[in-house]
Amino acid sequence: MIVQALVFYLFSAVAVGAAVMVISARNPVHSVLFLILAFFNAAGLFVLIGAEFIAMILVVVYVGAVAVLFLFVVMMLDIGFVEMRQGFLQYLPIGGFVGIVLLVELLAITGGWLSAPQISGSRAFPTPSPDQITNTDALGRILYTDYIYLFQGAGMVLLVAMVGAIVLTLRARTGGRKQRVSDQIDRRREDTIQIRKIQPGSGV
Amino acid sequence: MLEIGLSHYLSVAAILFTLGIFGIFLNRKNVIIILMSIELILLAVNINLVSFSVFLHDLAGQVFAMLVLTVAAAEAAIGLAIIVVYFRNRGTIAVEDINLMKG
Repeated sequence: MIVQALVFYLFSAVAVGAAVMVISARNPVHSVLFLILAFFNAAGLFVLIGAEFIAMILVVVYVGAVAVLFLFVVMMLDIGFVEMRQGFLQYLPIGGFVGIVLLVELLAITGGWLSAPQISGSRAFPTPSPDQITNTDALGRILYTDYIYLFQGAGMVLLVAMVGAIVLTLRARTGGRKQRVSDQIDRRREDTIQIRKIQPGSGV
Repeated sequence: MLEIGLSHYLSVAAILFTLGIFGIFLNRKNVIIILMSIELILLAVNINLVSFSVFLHDLAGQVFAMLVLTVAAAEAAIGLAIIVVYFRNRGTIAVEDINLMKG
């Protein structure tokens, strides 16, 4: 039990510290790297709590795809990030005020959270015992049956996002060399070949 | 203190959420950091969903966490595509310069 508590505090402390660095790092590349660290530690928290599949999805999707996408964009755009930090201190008081108020309210709600005893009667899909069936298996059994429409909808969201991103960033290049298949097929023998009789020793 | 319960996880999620909001206030000029703050907020939401799901022994919360993850990935892709197009057209991504629509 004490090991679990220590691991929880380690993961959550590193995650919170990394989140602080994400919003305060001078270099956006460092911000992205700290974001990756925060995601890794959140995945560790999920493993600790017993939600392995979400943890692995978090690593694959966030660290493998989203964070690398951020990294590409940050490195691709040539922006003076130093000027962009001007006004950092200007917004600090109002931002700090709103943040502290929000944090106090949220902690007041979550700190003394108690669940009603009759909550166990209203479970949608009770978690099976982990020694009979793994977390991934149990999730798959409800995701592909009861939540199939939501699953298909999520796939549609991803498809639309992919098409949208391609449509937004696609540039039609002019002056490139392209293959024109119809021109190639339309070529006739008379257009391209000339047959000449050449006298020996006279050249063309 | 050593018994890790639901409120511990909810507190971590609350702190991450607040940091995300704070980041939006703090980096008003840099839209990339704002997008990263939104990712932090969605991560906090996911921690909330998963911890409730585990402590109430109901798997539905983890399915919803997956859907939130999907939407977050789609949002990041579209947002970054918009940033790339905007930078290509205007040569800057400063938030206060984004006023073409005079809204």
